[in-house]
Parts: sequence; C-alpha cells; structure tokens
Amino acid sequence: MSALGHVGGSTGTPAKLEKPRKRWLPYLLLLPGGLWLILFFAVPAIQLFATSLYDPSGSLEEGYAMTWQFSNYADAASEYLPHFMRSLGYAALTTVICLLLGYPLAYAIALKGGRWKNLLLICVIAPFFTSFLIRTLAWKVILSDNGWVVTTLDALHVPLPDGRLLATTPAVIAGLVYNFLPFMVLPLYASLEKLDPRLLEAAGDLYARPVARFTRVALPLSMPGVVAGTLLTFIPAAGDYINAQLLGTNRQYMIGNVIQSKFLRVGDYPNAAALSFTLMAAILVLVFVYVRRAGTDEVL
Amino acid sequence: MLHRLRRWVADRWVMAIGLIVLLYLFVPIGVVAAMSFRDAGRNAPYTLENYKFTWAHWADPFGAAGIGHAFWLSIAIAALATLGAVILGTLMSFALARHSFRGRAATNTLIFLPMATPEIVMGSSLLALFVAAGVQLGFWTIVIAHVMFCLSFVVVTVKARLAGLDPRLQEAAMDLYANEVQTFLRVTLPLVMPGIVAAALLSFSLSFDDFIVTNFNSGSVVTFPMFVWGASQRGIPPQINVIGTAMFVISFLVVLIGQIPNLRRRKA
Repeated sequence: MSALGHVGGSTGTPAKLEKPRKRWLPYLLLLPGGLWLILFFAVPAIQLFATSLYDPSGSLEEGYAMTWQFSNYADAASEYLPHFMRSLGYAALTTVICLLLGYPLAYAIALKGGRWKNLLLICVIAPFFTSFLIRTLAWKVILSDNGWVVTTLDALHVPLPDGRLLATTPAVIAGLVYNFLPFMVLPLYASLEKLDPRLLEAAGDLYARPVARFTRVALPLSMPGVVAGTLLTFIPAAGDYINAQLLGTNRQYMIGNVIQSKFLRVGDYPNAAALSFTLMAAILVLVFVYVRRAGTDEVL
Repeated sequence: MLHRLRRWVADRWVMAIGLIVLLYLFVPIGVVAAMSFRDAGRNAPYTLENYKFTWAHWADPFGAAGIGHAFWLSIAIAALATLGAVILGTLMSFALARHSFRGRAATNTLIFLPMATPEIVMGSSLLALFVAAGVQLGFWTIVIAHVMFCLSFVVVTVKARLAGLDPRLQEAAMDLYANEVQTFLRVTLPLVMPGIVAAALLSFSLSFDDFIVTNFNSGSVVTFPMFVWGASQRGIPPQINVIGTAMFVISFLVVLIGQIPNLRRRKA
C-alpha cells in the first residue's frame, strides 16, 4: 500500500508533471507481485528444466552434475508413455462427463433459477467447504464392495469389472468428475447468466425447435464458458494423483503418481523433473491449440 | 397447447437433471457427516456397515493425536498466504485495470500461466528450486508457495471488480476537491472491497485445502490436508470427519446469512 500512499503526496502537481508520474506508477504497483511470480513460478520452472538435464546417476545427498542429459526425456517417454496417455485420456473423459453433467446444472441455475439462483450457486460451491481429501475418502465408503452402490448395481445385474467398483478405472473417473465438476459449472454459469432469455423465446417464436434453440442459440453464446470450464477441468485433472491413489490401484496410476513418487519417495530428481516438465509442456501446447481453435482469446 | 405442454416438460426436465447433479455433489458430504457420528476407532474398516451412533467425537474434535496442531497450522498458513496474495494481487490488478503501459501482455501471460499449470508441476518445480538453493523446507516455504498460486486468482477477481466500476465516480470525487488519497480511501477502496473480500475468501480456501503443492514443499511440517493424507494410509480417525462436517456447516451458514439481505430485497 505504500506505493499508493506515495502517489498521494503529489497532489496539485501541474498537469505537465502528470504524465511522467503515471508512467512509472503501474510498474511500481506490479513490482512486488511480479517479482513474486518471477521468483517463485518462472525461476522454478527454469530450475525444473535444468534439473531434468542433470546426470541421473547422482543423488540428493551427493548432489547432481549438469551433463545436459537430454536422454532423460527419451527414458521418461519410453518408460512412462502409458501413464502419460492414461492421464490425458482420464482427463479428457472427465472433462466430457463434467461438461455433460455441468451444462444442465449451470443452465438450470442461470435460466430457471429465478429467486433461488444465488442459493443454488452456493450449493455448487458448498462441497468445497469440506477438504477435498476428506470428500475423496467419502467416495471410498460409497464405492466400497459392500456399499449401497455396488449392492444396488448387483441387484440390477449390472456387470461390474471384477465384480467391484472401488479400485477400478470407473471409480477413479467418478472421483475426478466429482472433484472438478464445480470448476466446470462456475464458468458455464457465468456465461449462461449473461444470456438474454428473450433470445431463446425469439428463436422459439421463429419456429426453432428446442434442439435447434439449444445448438444454434444457447450453445454458441455460452462458448466462452465452455472453453474456460473445459480448461479449468482438464488441467487439474491431468495432473491429479489423489484420485488414482485413493480410489484406484497401480493399474490406474496417472503421470502425477509417478512424478510424486519419484520426487518424494525414490528421490530420482532428474527423471522426475523430465516427466514434470513434459507434462507442463504438453498441457501448455494443448491449451494454446485449443484456445486458438475455439477462437476465444479472453478466456480467463 | 401442445407447444406449452412440451415447454412445461422441457423446463422441468432441465431443472430435474440440474438437481440430480447437485445431489451428486452433496452425497459425499452426507457420508462425511454420517462417518463423524460413527462409533468406531481409526482402525475399524472405513465403511458405513455395522453403524453405531455416538456423539463422542463431536465432544472432542481435536481428540486424535496431532490433528489440532495440523488444523491450526493450516489456519495460520492460510491467513498469511491470503494476506500476502491479497496485497500483492490488488496492487497488480490496479496497475492492469487503471493504467496502460508497455509489457502489459507479458504481465497478463505471467499471471495466466500459474492458473494453466497443474499443481504437481508448480509443486515439483518449487521443490527443485528450494533444493538447488539449499533452502530448508518448512512453514515458510509453504507460505511462499501458497502466496504464489493464490496471487493469480486474486488478480483475476479484483480486476473483474475494478473493470465494472464507473470511473466517473472517482472523477466526481476529484471534482468535489477530494485529493487522491481521499478519493482512493473513501471512494475507490470501498467500491472495490467486495472484490477484495471475494479474493480473500477464495485465497483462504485454496490455501487451507491445498495438498499437492504443499506435499512437495512442506518438509516435515504437517498441515491439515497432509494429516488427512497420512491418516488415509494408516487409519482415519473419526475426528477428521467431525472437522470436515463442522467446516462445511459453519461456512455454509456464514454464506447463507450473507445472502439474507439479497433474498429480502428481491421479495420486496
């Protein structure tokens, strides 16, 4: 706040002095936060890249030698490609399911919510009030072998993989969908809320069928929300390892599980850093291609 | 007539799906609440079978060893991280919303990138930096990391609020001989306050609930999510569910009470 107080001292300055003062003011305001982001986001990313090129035969205690070991990337790719593909696949599936579940919810709140709009919106955020680890553990109870979901599906003779839900791929996807659904609903709501309901009425008056009203009016107008929502769901889902760890087995492990255990348990920093850096690069490329394709520049 | 009937069905159809999805969001909360009243220790199988009811855990929410310490530590970290992120982020959003300057696009990219980076990448790269720089991991490395990932969310939230303000209000204050400090403190700041409060609440909950980034930068310090994670490997004390339920009920009530004036206004 001292930066702003400083500016106040120069009241009544002649108009010609106004310009130079304003020229450095924004930089002063940006300086502390910008430095923080550079020091603790940008520099670490560079250090991560540097670490990924260290000689993997070193160790944390003895230190690592910088040998520009680009082979770390080849090793990471050859050994953990299945984990990468699984992460991207799980994240994509999660995003699609979240979109299918989240769109009706956001639409209902924004256009049919009326007086209850704010209350319904609070209900979407409310699950966040309980720690997400605790909620994910609750899914363990819900999906357990003798839980009511498995019992009901059994009674309905729905075939389950291995006769169970917990420790299977559907359980991990269900957990991911559950954890990231609000990230999809909120941006969808924000763009649907701006939609004028009279546009839909007008389309109806012009004999557009409900399907056409949705695909030709509501959906195109809510595209910014769809793009923001898919990004906010896909990115954290692709890097997640909590759901695979708590609700799955090592057959469901995602790239996050590998990175986490290599950094924190095995202590193999160079290979872990190579995997982590590849994940970041892959996601950034996907995001930029996707945003370009969707044609929405102002996403967030 | 048929048209109206069809529309009636279509309206309810969307709302019904919406409510079912909402219910799905709440099912685990119900399970957490039920588990908080379950008469069983931390080593009992974590299911709702053979359910017996007890108030005991609610009478002693910090009864499990280490849980109280972890909880208050997370509160302290979240408070510090929120303070840091709100101050730095508000300054940045004023620069972005009110001034034109060179390097604006680069600044926006720098703010956008942390939100487009998976937490595991941010956590692991900070770990790589701290290890390379020989920094001891612990309380302060967690705070530094939390300020970093909350900052972007603060900027986005406060900037949105600033963009919605009518600049003529400040001009009017200046015309009425308020100097810049007075204008800022008595006009601009009160108008931006709802945005700052929203950003603070968001930061606090992001920080309090963070596990992934913290897991990489905590050293031997145990925050509340770290405690829950450890418990999930060794047996979950019922007090975790008590705290989870209490946090839900308290926050829900606070937000709900904040909404009462809104509901009244709309009725009138």
